Amino acid sequence: MTAPMDTTFDIRLTDTTLRDGSHAMSHKFTEEHVRSVVRALDDSRVEVIEVTHGDGLGGSSFNYGFSLTPELDLIKAAVDEAKQAKIAVLMLPGLGTIHDLNQAHEVGASVARIATHCTEADVSIQHFQHARKLGMETVGFLMLSHRVSPEELAKQARIMADAGCQCVYVVDSAGALILDDVSDRVSALVSELGNDAQVGFHGHQNMSFGVANSVFAVRAGAKQIDGTLMALGAGAGNSPTEVLAAAFDRLDIKTGVDIQGLMGAAEDIVKPFITRMPVMDRASIMQGYAGVYSSFLIHAERAAERYGVPAYKILEEVGKAGYVGGQEDMIVDVAVQLAAAK
Amino acid sequence: MAKKTAAIVGSGNIGSDLMFKIMRRSTNVEVKYMIGVDPASDGLARAARLGITTSAEGVDWLLAQEELPDFVFECTSAKAHEANAPKYKAAGIHAIDLTPAAVGPYLAPVVNLDSLTDTMNVNMITCAGQATTPIVAAVSSVVPVEYAEIVASIASKSAGPGTRANVDEFTETTAKALEVVGGVKRGKAIIIINPVEPPMMMRNTIYAMIPAEAAVAGETQDKIRAAIDKAAADIRDYVPGYELRMEPQFEEAREDWGGFGRVGIWVQVAGAADYLPEYAGNLDIITAAATRTADLLSDKIDAARTAASVN
Repeated sequence: MTAPMDTTFDIRLTDTTLRDGSHAMSHKFTEEHVRSVVRALDDSRVEVIEVTHGDGLGGSSFNYGFSLTPELDLIKAAVDEAKQAKIAVLMLPGLGTIHDLNQAHEVGASVARIATHCTEADVSIQHFQHARKLGMETVGFLMLSHRVSPEELAKQARIMADAGCQCVYVVDSAGALILDDVSDRVSALVSELGNDAQVGFHGHQNMSFGVANSVFAVRAGAKQIDGTLMALGAGAGNSPTEVLAAAFDRLDIKTGVDIQGLMGAAEDIVKPFITRMPVMDRASIMQGYAGVYSSFLIHAERAAERYGVPAYKILEEVGKAGYVGGQEDMIVDVAVQLAAAK
Repeated sequence: MAKKTAAIVGSGNIGSDLMFKIMRRSTNVEVKYMIGVDPASDGLARAARLGITTSAEGVDWLLAQEELPDFVFECTSAKAHEANAPKYKAAGIHAIDLTPAAVGPYLAPVVNLDSLTDTMNVNMITCAGQATTPIVAAVSSVVPVEYAEIVASIASKSAGPGTRANVDEFTETTAKALEVVGGVKRGKAIIIINPVEPPMMMRNTIYAMIPAEAAVAGETQDKIRAAIDKAAADIRDYVPGYELRMEPQFEEAREDWGGFGRVGIWVQVAGAADYLPEYAGNLDIITAAATRTADLLSDKIDAARTAASVN
């Protein structure tokens, strides 16, 4: 069964400024940030708005950074503020639990987005089953999708769909995929899933391909696309929602959103509170090039400062070691080794 | 004194590794029975070749034997252990539970064996619990710890179907053990499964929130270091591949840590490769802890018997 969607539009945009953007804000969103962003997105007819700690439910921790405001308070505020949009939450099995999902559902979150590394989909089965039992819409995230072939990725997508996932995303967590890499993966998932689930794409800007990759994803059959206002997000940021909206409009791909409203939201609401503008710099380009999880960036910069080794070098080594999303703790290990080798 | 006898219930990877571990490393215990439910199980066939009495007829077969074992190691599932535990108890057999059932108290042998009054059924927590609670307990023996968090990373190949289907159970059990065994006010556990080739060794990162004065150089900090080193050495006694990757990293108090400081401890666990490969330190540490527990309990039982006969 696929997700309910208005068939007058070709694709659905999900805005994750208030989740992926949390990384770039070092998880310091306030309730006022959340209310103002939700209001603007909702007014611009964005159907799904994701609000969670950058690392998902339960992400507030030493390893990823503590939330300034408890995420349940932020989710609750978002639900309260939204007139038409659904509020989504992210959770990573192994970090968040069903207990966290229940709490988010109780305060009104209605879309559960469950993320695993691209080869480990089977850890999410219990969570999809539970989310569906709660009556939530479900989305699956196959993170660091560049690490496996389209065929292997499609097999993992099948595991999620069979567990009750209604849309499986090709997630380019490292901003490492380039054009055909995306088409090949999305096509493989579309042909594997057929009518059992939709396919989505979540892009990052580390090598500047976020929007172009999203266009390729849609042409290959993706029905749900993620973006963030002003590209606020991990690494060099995400595909900017306002640019996606404008580009899709020019390509006559119907999204149903108000482009002017989104440009205004990015410029007038989000830009003023950004403490660190997403940028393609040496470290974030290295993340795309070496295929490193985007949210490692700020942690690598901190380790660089403490241990006196460049962030891009730390990230390069992290890429070689094959660390996956959630292993932020290994950044210090790598930095200490690099410092010792100097 | 003659060795005590043990039955291993569950003939999968954990049961097989445990069998080799006890055969090679236990001072006080020998494996007498290996019990499964599938006659075609590789684990049962292997045990039979090594001269162990095997049966695919489950726990009821075991309990019908004339010579009951002193110990039973449960290597099945939480559900199976919940059903079996009362039967072991009625038969007077000490149960060492390697499933997450937690019918009995959590046990990390170097931390809390002596403080348990009833040891007829003990639970080995999780692999991450065995790898981290002793370190957390070491820190909290020196300073009060409001909060401790651990991140366990294991190789994809070493994460069995049980772990994968119940990842919530794994994190919740481990977090609870940080509180109960580690002695901290609030615990949090995170598990990451990594598929990189060649497989990565089991890694554990332990963060403990400590008072600001303990996070700066001084006597308290030196005591924390010494306690961590001792705990690591105690574990290394039965898990030779347990090592601290670097000196504990102390970080000064921060506002977003509520004015507390932090100590971080990075641990690698290489397995002894008794049956499972070296990278599966996560499986090794739990079978090694179970073996050590049986040896220590065996001493306790003998001491109690000696005391009883003297009186």
